[in-house]
Amino acid sequence: MGRTLYEKIWDDHVIAGEGETPLLYVDLHLVHEVTSPQAFDGLRLNGRRVRRPERTLATADHNVPTDPLSVPVSDPVSRRQLEALEENCGEFGVTLFPRGHANQGIVHVIGPELGVSQPGTVIVCGDSHTSTHGALGALAFGIGTSEVEHVLATQTLVSQRAKTMAVTVTGRLRPGVSAKDLVLAIVARLGTGGGAGYVIEYRGEAIRALSVEGRMTVCNMSIEAGARAGLVGVDDATIDYLRGRPGVASGDAFEAQASAWRRFTSDDDAVFDAEVVLDATAIVPNVTWGTNPSQVVALDGVIPSSIDAEADMREAHERALAYMGLEAGTPVRDIAVDVVFIGSCTNSRIEDLRAAAEVAAGHHVSPHVRALVVPGSHRVKAQAEAEGLDRVFLAAGFEWREPGCSMCLGMNPDQLTPGQRSASTSNRNFEGRQGRGGRTHLVSPAVAAATAVAGRFAAPGDLS
Amino acid sequence: MKSVRVVEGRAVPLERADVDTDQIIPSEWLKRVERTGFGRGLFSEWRDDPGFVLNQAEYAGATILVAGPRFGTGSSREHAVWALMDHGFAAIVAPSFGDIFRNNSSKQGLVIVQLPSEDVEALTALVKNSPTLLVVIDVVNLEIEVPQANWRRPFVLDPSTQERLLNGWDDIGLTLRRDEEIAAFESHYAPPSWTGLVDA
Ligand code: SF4
Repeated sequence: MGRTLYEKIWDDHVIAGEGETPLLYVDLHLVHEVTSPQAFDGLRLNGRRVRRPERTLATADHNVPTDPLSVPVSDPVSRRQLEALEENCGEFGVTLFPRGHANQGIVHVIGPELGVSQPGTVIVCGDSHTSTHGALGALAFGIGTSEVEHVLATQTLVSQRAKTMAVTVTGRLRPGVSAKDLVLAIVARLGTGGGAGYVIEYRGEAIRALSVEGRMTVCNMSIEAGARAGLVGVDDATIDYLRGRPGVASGDAFEAQASAWRRFTSDDDAVFDAEVVLDATAIVPNVTWGTNPSQVVALDGVIPSSIDAEADMREAHERALAYMGLEAGTPVRDIAVDVVFIGSCTNSRIEDLRAAAEVAAGHHVSPHVRALVVPGSHRVKAQAEAEGLDRVFLAAGFEWREPGCSMCLGMNPDQLTPGQRSASTSNRNFEGRQGRGGRTHLVSPAVAAATAVAGRFAAPGDLS
Repeated sequence: MKSVRVVEGRAVPLERADVDTDQIIPSEWLKRVERTGFGRGLFSEWRDDPGFVLNQAEYAGATILVAGPRFGTGSSREHAVWALMDHGFAAIVAPSFGDIFRNNSSKQGLVIVQLPSEDVEALTALVKNSPTLLVVIDVVNLEIEVPQANWRRPFVLDPSTQERLLNGWDDIGLTLRRDEEIAAFESHYAPPSWTGLVDA
């Protein structure tokens, strides 16, 4: 019987002595400032070292302000955490891309763009959206701080084999429907717990037709459906994406590597533990209305009523409506927003910024709206500036800021104030996620840009 | 990690579904570089509400949290586990849990008791009616019991998690004992390389 992609990567990396708990060997351990200080402390307390510093890469992203680099980090607690990362990486010999470094950015943006996230590898990071890197055919998943310490000390992770789920998306997305709309539809379909215990492999014509960056958007939100990881098998697009990146070989050596990567797909006769099929042609631009990412409604729709929810979801539905300050039956397009955030590891890559800029060009942000564009990394920012996207955004009244996680989770000064409503290209609409009392609606970059201009939820086609 | 064989105490009913780790400990608390002191941040956005169940005098000092389905989904922040334990919780009972949260809990000795929804509802009803009821979670025999109500249910833990809880084993120490195995793997494994990048 054939093997799934997950099983191939697992088999390549598992260390399992007789009767022992399986250990998974880690190829790339990405580290950031928030989930690592206690892990490095643990090493120090026990007199341990980092087993493979050369398999470990660190960057600063969650806390960094998005002000110009000349402005120092004003929050002393954030500053302390950024300094701790520098001290720890220095002491333990780990390569760090600190604030302002040309390679710095959101950890899940820089791994792929630097070419260090490679097919067939095992990638971990103390961050649940590590699933993003699965778009390149890597088994990539988030871990907690104790596990970060474990990987630092041993280059392995105590692991149990996951179940496999195929999410097959047939047909093609219609024009104006993006990878973000697709993954919101998938999360709505599976629910926040539907993927628990599974590694999802995204398959089918619609997935093949997505760019690698679009696949990252889809894999990124696997965790929103409860899955640890998302995967897409290697194809020409994967290889074309990686060719020429700083972390890969060049010339013939790259081509040899690339042909070896081609085995990182599921065999035709591989069997998944579960399969879900979606029709891409039925997917429309989506918006989340509630406080978990499975609470999704079409941009063309109205806020759903709890009467239509399943019985055990009704109370949560009512709570979400109350928190969001919404009434059932309100057309989505009638809802005004205060803030638009274009950024995060879901949607801050160059294609996302191009999609938003295309919509913004020639328009102006509504006078009642604050709109921020936060590129995912310095490389994305530099590329966007080379293409003149920064000027498009600035002319349209958007703020053009320095890279980082920013308002995705509001650990830096970019936060919603209580009661403020945002349209955000990020991945979590949890209560208070973007600032205490803030109300978050998740959307695609194109819808975010159109919404900034209209001042209320809008599709690009709504702008005259 | 300390060995955990039995958790005994009163339980507090949270009665909420989809409690993500952002709710358990909001991000403003994640800037700390220490492992302690997170208890004050536990459910901090809800604690301002005097009606919130954790603010009720009759549940003060409870060591078991009874929650709704999908507890601990979302962010991988282990700070959620540190906050729950720092507040005094030793076990969480719910119909389902986020995968990473479950893992993180096992590393810290926070006992995860997954029960069918109807059992969680039954337990919730019991402790709502009488907050003083003693709840006993037996990690050796994998049973949860409310002796005064004559209510008892089995639960499942994967054997390696149970073993580590009972023995208080530290994962890193255990794995480091397998150093030869890891070294043998490394000797025949060619990991991907990105040397060019790091030099640049
Ligand atoms: S952008 Fe948001 S989701 Fe992504 S790593 Fe940063 S905080 Fe996490």
